[in-house]
Amino acid sequence: MAYDKFTILKSTAVPLPIENVDTDQIIPARFLKATERVGFGDNLFRDWRYNTDGTPKTDFVLNNPTYKGKILLGGKNFGSGSSREHAAWAIYDYGFRAVVSSFFADIFRGNCLNIGVLPVQISPAFLENIFTEVHKNPETEIEIDLKAQTITLLATGEKESFDISSYKKDNMMNGFDDIDYLQNMKSEIQEFAAQLPI
Amino acid sequence: MSKTLFDKVWDGHVVRKIEGGPDVLFIDRHLIHEVTSPVAFLGLKSRGIKVLYPERTFATADHNTPTINQHLPVEDPLSANQLKALESNSNEYGISHWGLGHQKNGIVHVVGPEYGITQPGATIVCGDSHTSTHGAFGAIAFGIGTSEVEMVLATQCIMQPKPQKMRINITGSLGYGVTPKDVALFIISQLTTSGATGYFVEYAGKVFEEMTMEGRMTVCNLSIEMGARGGMIAPDETTINYVKGREFSPSADGEAWDKALAYYKTLKTDDDAVFDKEYTFDGSLIEPMITYGTNPGMGIGISKDIPDAGSVEGGVSTYEKSLNYMGFHEGDHMIGKPIDYVFIGSCTNGRIEDFRAFASIVKGRKKADNVTAWLVPGSHIVEAKIKEEGLLDIFTEAGFVLRQPGCSACLAMNDDKIPAGKYAVSTSNRNFEGRQGPGSRTLLASPLVAAAAAVTGKVTDPRELL
Ligand code: SF4
Repeated sequence: MAYDKFTILKSTAVPLPIENVDTDQIIPARFLKATERVGFGDNLFRDWRYNTDGTPKTDFVLNNPTYKGKILLGGKNFGSGSSREHAAWAIYDYGFRAVVSSFFADIFRGNCLNIGVLPVQISPAFLENIFTEVHKNPETEIEIDLKAQTITLLATGEKESFDISSYKKDNMMNGFDDIDYLQNMKSEIQEFAAQLPI
Repeated sequence: MSKTLFDKVWDGHVVRKIEGGPDVLFIDRHLIHEVTSPVAFLGLKSRGIKVLYPERTFATADHNTPTINQHLPVEDPLSANQLKALESNSNEYGISHWGLGHQKNGIVHVVGPEYGITQPGATIVCGDSHTSTHGAFGAIAFGIGTSEVEMVLATQCIMQPKPQKMRINITGSLGYGVTPKDVALFIISQLTTSGATGYFVEYAGKVFEEMTMEGRMTVCNLSIEMGARGGMIAPDETTINYVKGREFSPSADGEAWDKALAYYKTLKTDDDAVFDKEYTFDGSLIEPMITYGTNPGMGIGISKDIPDAGSVEGGVSTYEKSLNYMGFHEGDHMIGKPIDYVFIGSCTNGRIEDFRAFASIVKGRKKADNVTAWLVPGSHIVEAKIKEEGLLDIFTEAGFVLRQPGCSACLAMNDDKIPAGKYAVSTSNRNFEGRQGPGSRTLLASPLVAAAAAVTGKVTDPRELL
């Protein structure tokens, strides 16, 4: 599925300073019943965001109009648990293009990269500083430059670089996905399959 | 160069290495279910491509199926729609489909091994994180997202950077009443839920050598809960005896089997191979385990008290949020805590051995009045064995009802939801907030601990009842 190209993202951020946020929180299982990829943003963080009667929980950050933007700031070990790609879809569909944390769970990170959400892993100290600045001033902007692989807290000028494989970076900058690549090596795949032991 | 078991299987499946990027990995066997596949098929359709090797993909309905009255039409229209999509997509692309009511139907990670789809030294993926279960056979097996499901359907490959390697050795022998589930919960409590992120784990040592295939599956199943992509155990006689003669195994006599056997025999870590990280624990020190918090790393020996925030890794506010959700406090005893529900089932503990263990405690006793119990076999084969072996009579006499196969309360997508605020001792794999239903409170444990809770109505050390 095609997604928007990612180059430079300059945005305010939504802070969620909780550790081990698992994908069951990002999108609970009962909202996985769709057979199409639509509407998942409405149920992003459903049980933290809404009471059982459907009214918004005012103390949850997504319901606080002070905080907005295309960057989600998460605590350590973000995206653990279930492999559901729906978690990444919900984040994208809600309007986030990047998640910043000091540590990501593997499958979640891969899912994000496959659908056009950039996972930016930074040091715990830098993450702490960003949380502090954003809490102090919600208008604080953060700049993520994918080409340069840097993230800058504009209020203080503090900057860090982050890792991404050159292959995935290329994909994200061009809006490509892996199937385009794999489709082009079909005969190589078929030859390979023919010589396997089982 | 010396190689680990993981290296041998991985390297043997790399079709191409991309400079500065992931490896293109060939996938031998692909399992799909109704929840994470529909959007992948939509993708195929919109690109106008076919499934490259339909005979390498197997479909079963499990996540979203009812566990009673499976002969009736599924009531929830959204669930029914997903089941229909799985069936029509499978038919359209020539994939074997084991839908609701089919005799081979069951939880994807239970039926895969039962029918020999799971093979030593194979690469296996599925859009479900507990695909790691199949690592018990010395396979590289891991969960993938829906985009990757589409990739495998289209090209039988996915693109993955090669993970780092970890070995976890458990020496000695397990104590009385200590099961593979306890071993896994113990390891996760030591490593935390992110302790193995970026790694693929090999389990080694006497404890695993002595384990049955069912037990090894339980351990490998839970690898994902410490962040690992997967876990694996080198195949041995136990493995080969299990695999031999199953429907999708290489035919048990003749050339195909000899060739497979020769391959299986190569599947072990060389003596001088090096791991990026290694842990060793003494198996004789492991107790029956139980979790008290909202991730599987928050587990303790059942006789222990809930630790202070200061003594656990991670932020204090996250810890407090978790205990608050559970309605527990630092220093609480776990033993004696009243419970409301017991769930035995899931791809973690929904196999025949698990029901035998459960029966060993409930036999001759009665279900506690304050407990609602859901006994959900992992497949029709498990269900049939429960009946054949007389376990059903034991359950019925003790006041329990057996349901029909499916994921059930493991993820509570169907009607099997634990109500808000209620406590469930559960043999599944995740105790996240709301995992078993909005507001549900889950205590993860072994089938023995679940059985002890089911007959006493509270958290009880199973060793007292064995
Ligand atoms: S039982 Fe639970 S973990 Fe296993 S396949 Fe079903 S939902 Fe996934």
